[in-house]
Amino acid sequence: MQLLWDGVAGAFQLLIKRDPLVLAAACRSIWISGFAVSFACLLGVPVGALLSQTRFIGRTAVTVLFRAGMSVPTVLIGLLCYALFSRRGPLGEFDLLYSTKGIIVGEFLLALPIIITWTHSSLTSLDSRVAETAITLGAGPVRRCWTYICEARLGITLAVLTAFARCFTELGIAMMVGGNVKYRTRTLTTATALETARGEFDRGVAMSLILLFMAAIVTVLIGGLGRNERER
Amino acid sequence: MFQQFSTVGRNNLFFVAAVGILFLQITGCSKSGGESNATALRLATTTSTRDSGLLNVLLPVFESQNNCRVDVTAVGTGAALKIGEAGDADILLVHARKAEEAFINAGHGTRHEEFMYNDFVILGPVNDPASIRDTAPVEALKKIAEGNHWFVSRGDDSGTHKREMSLWEAGGGRRTWKNYLESGQGMGPSLVMANEKLGYVLVDMGTYLKFKEKIDLIPLAAPSESLRNPYAVIVVNSEKHSNVNNSLANALVNFLVSRETQQLIAEYHIAGQQLYFPTRLVETK
Repeated sequence: MQLLWDGVAGAFQLLIKRDPLVLAAACRSIWISGFAVSFACLLGVPVGALLSQTRFIGRTAVTVLFRAGMSVPTVLIGLLCYALFSRRGPLGEFDLLYSTKGIIVGEFLLALPIIITWTHSSLTSLDSRVAETAITLGAGPVRRCWTYICEARLGITLAVLTAFARCFTELGIAMMVGGNVKYRTRTLTTATALETARGEFDRGVAMSLILLFMAAIVTVLIGGLGRNERER
Repeated sequence: MFQQFSTVGRNNLFFVAAVGILFLQITGCSKSGGESNATALRLATTTSTRDSGLLNVLLPVFESQNNCRVDVTAVGTGAALKIGEAGDADILLVHARKAEEAFINAGHGTRHEEFMYNDFVILGPVNDPASIRDTAPVEALKKIAEGNHWFVSRGDDSGTHKREMSLWEAGGGRRTWKNYLESGQGMGPSLVMANEKLGYVLVDMGTYLKFKEKIDLIPLAAPSESLRNPYAVIVVNSEKHSNVNNSLANALVNFLVSRETQQLIAEYHIAGQQLYFPTRLVETK
């Protein structure tokens, strides 16, 4: 128990002293997950919308596949990326291994099924009157999709939130693809793992508390955003 | 409909979490209750001795001789010493002489015995861009730094990392340069990283032999006294922590320095190469 109190005190000290390593790791965590989730949204929201609005053979299979994709372990994605980015791998020449770009690719793969599945399910559970109204008003397919997405923005906001939380707090990809290299690819989660491995348990607790704190802030921010838009 | 589903899911989650916490507490209590302490020994060790497979050879013999179970926690030397300091292990197997001395002087350990050693090697790519082949380790590190070649450092307070630091000290201070990477990870991942970058890395012989077939790096720097890597066991002070199993810990130390075990260590080979060299074999003969 003492460890936790020391950790709480340590977390405040690290924040007050503006420990450069902690702050750098925190910023890196945020922008890596931010980019990964943004890219995943750019691809995932349209794909989710298409899945819910079009009919084709194997559509259920695709939906189930993406749903199953939400539970792919991060270490498996990490391994896959490692195999692709390795010096001997097919993408070896792009120098993605042990780089932040590599982590973004991995976390993109992590976020994509979450965004697609949640977009899909929030669009399918829309009131059928939305579709009827849009069609009556003479909206084309693209315009119609856009209307649906606007109507389902709370669900999509939740999708973004979940994806961000998952990327921000995951360890497997950041460790295996990023390599926890100091000043380059060290994120809050890999730094926490390192402090624990070094036996600096109170620093480890402090780091994970900062992680929790920041995840909570982001959650509140995005959650508030969704609520405002709905009330407007 | 979806919302309903999610509230049910949340309730289930709480239930699972509550049961999980309860379970952890029950098992945790029974462990510290003392009953299992009589037959279980908690060993905190460096990762290399576990990864090289040596403990899998030695510990079963000890376990059957003493009718007990040894619970192994494999961490870096720094973490192992911290675990010992907190009384969360009965005995430590580590390799960082200075840190060990500090641990003993602070009264955290009651018995300290070196019982075997092996060597560190500096690995590098076959074409050896820094041309460190057969140079002394301290000089080799300097050359790698001056040529701005890739070098992977553990950066995790492990025994290997501490050795790298002392090599830098011997050469007039640690340097960092653009291609100096601090992995902050165990020996295996660091070695993989060096291999990916085709760079240089300081590694213990045991881990190198295990990875030998999978990597393109070869030992380059000349063997040297400064690369000697002695392993020691430390019995954690049972006066500071009443839960420490002193008698079984001492039994394990006696076992490790005994002639039979020293012989076992000498006979342990990977790919036809001896991994560890017992230090007590000559004395006990």
